[in-house]
Amino acid sequence: MNRIADLGGTEGWGRVKTPTADEPVFAQEWEGRAFALALLSMGRVSGRNLDAFRHALERLGRPEYFDTYYGRWLHAAELMLVESAILAPGAVEARARKLRGEDVDEPPVPEPNKPDYAPTAAGSLRTVEDAPRFAVGERVRAKDLEPKGHTRLPHYLRGHCGTIEMIQPAALLPDTHAHFLGENAQHVYTVRFDSRELWGADAQPFALSSELYESYLEPVS
Amino acid sequence: MSETTPADRLPIELRTEALEQLLTERGLVDPSVMDKFIQTYETSVGPMNGAKVIAKAWTDPDYRERLLADGTAAIAELGFKGPQGEHIVVVENTPQRHNVIVCTLCSCYPWPVLGLPPSWYKDPAYRARVVREPRVVLAEMGLELPADTEIVVRDSSSEVRWLVLPEQPAGTEDLSEQELAGLVTRDAMVGVAKVKAP
Repeated sequence: MNRIADLGGTEGWGRVKTPTADEPVFAQEWEGRAFALALLSMGRVSGRNLDAFRHALERLGRPEYFDTYYGRWLHAAELMLVESAILAPGAVEARARKLRGEDVDEPPVPEPNKPDYAPTAAGSLRTVEDAPRFAVGERVRAKDLEPKGHTRLPHYLRGHCGTIEMIQPAALLPDTHAHFLGENAQHVYTVRFDSRELWGADAQPFALSSELYESYLEPVS
Repeated sequence: MSETTPADRLPIELRTEALEQLLTERGLVDPSVMDKFIQTYETSVGPMNGAKVIAKAWTDPDYRERLLADGTAAIAELGFKGPQGEHIVVVENTPQRHNVIVCTLCSCYPWPVLGLPPSWYKDPAYRARVVREPRVVLAEMGLELPADTEIVVRDSSSEVRWLVLPEQPAGTEDLSEQELAGLVTRDAMVGVAKVKAP
């Protein structure tokens, strides 16, 4: 997975922003439009696949990913629409130039080529017949995986040991669902890590938890 | 204006307008549905919902128990549910233990109770740093925690969403549920602030 979105523990970002109580939901009008367009676009590509949208976000170039928050959403929506041939490559660019008065040719509307895929139910929660492999209190290790595609296993947890804190409802696996390759529902665990396990002996003492899918975990013998 | 250099990025407002036009003219998007989405998150889904949940938990011990046992169901009792709220877990902040929520991979956030996330929550600095040096980050945001308070950072990496039940400020025991809801802030429900007495 492209690490652009996998920010946990990365350095060089400076101070955090100070919260303000009266921040508007959408600072500018286009942000609301981009938000709504992204949500609706997702629904036009084979079953409103939020994981596919996240995967699209992760594949943006740096300028697009950091082109403001809702700019990022717009670019990802556009990527999904182009990949499923709902829009031709360059269609948005051409229309935007036309809107500002340039004389440009717009590409013809292509024949849509959407993934042949439909979720088995709304949302992400699913039933898994097998009992959870791990029990609350059990020690586990987050596998040191380096998948090529989408995953929800953050880099900074890979290879580290923690303890199962809670068993959460089973859910479809983003790693395959994001690629329209199946739901592969799994048990999900809240795994608790010690900061010194993650960041070394000099780390500030604190605990950290993350929800990890069963196939991300292995027992600690 | 240079036309084709990579530096010539189209203004994002214009790109947004172009995409809306392209999808609308083909009937793939209905602008009135877009208006409804925008209006919903601008006016009726936001931290005022979460504040009602917290105020009820402070004034009704049975509700508090239900909320901590099954957040999704207890929150739905007040009519709050929908996208990004499939499974909400509520954790209590106490003088001994302080929970703080983040999403390092994107910007997962419990929409039905808090609305859309604020800019600081989506900012790379918060996403990167709060899982590594939470005490420093919280101090930068104006929250100094005692050295003996245990910090638990919750990185929302699945569809589970977290909501913090903040401590009720001392001296507010006689306030009504509605008055208490007016004190509860978004930031306290994410765990980067405490609720202050009026």
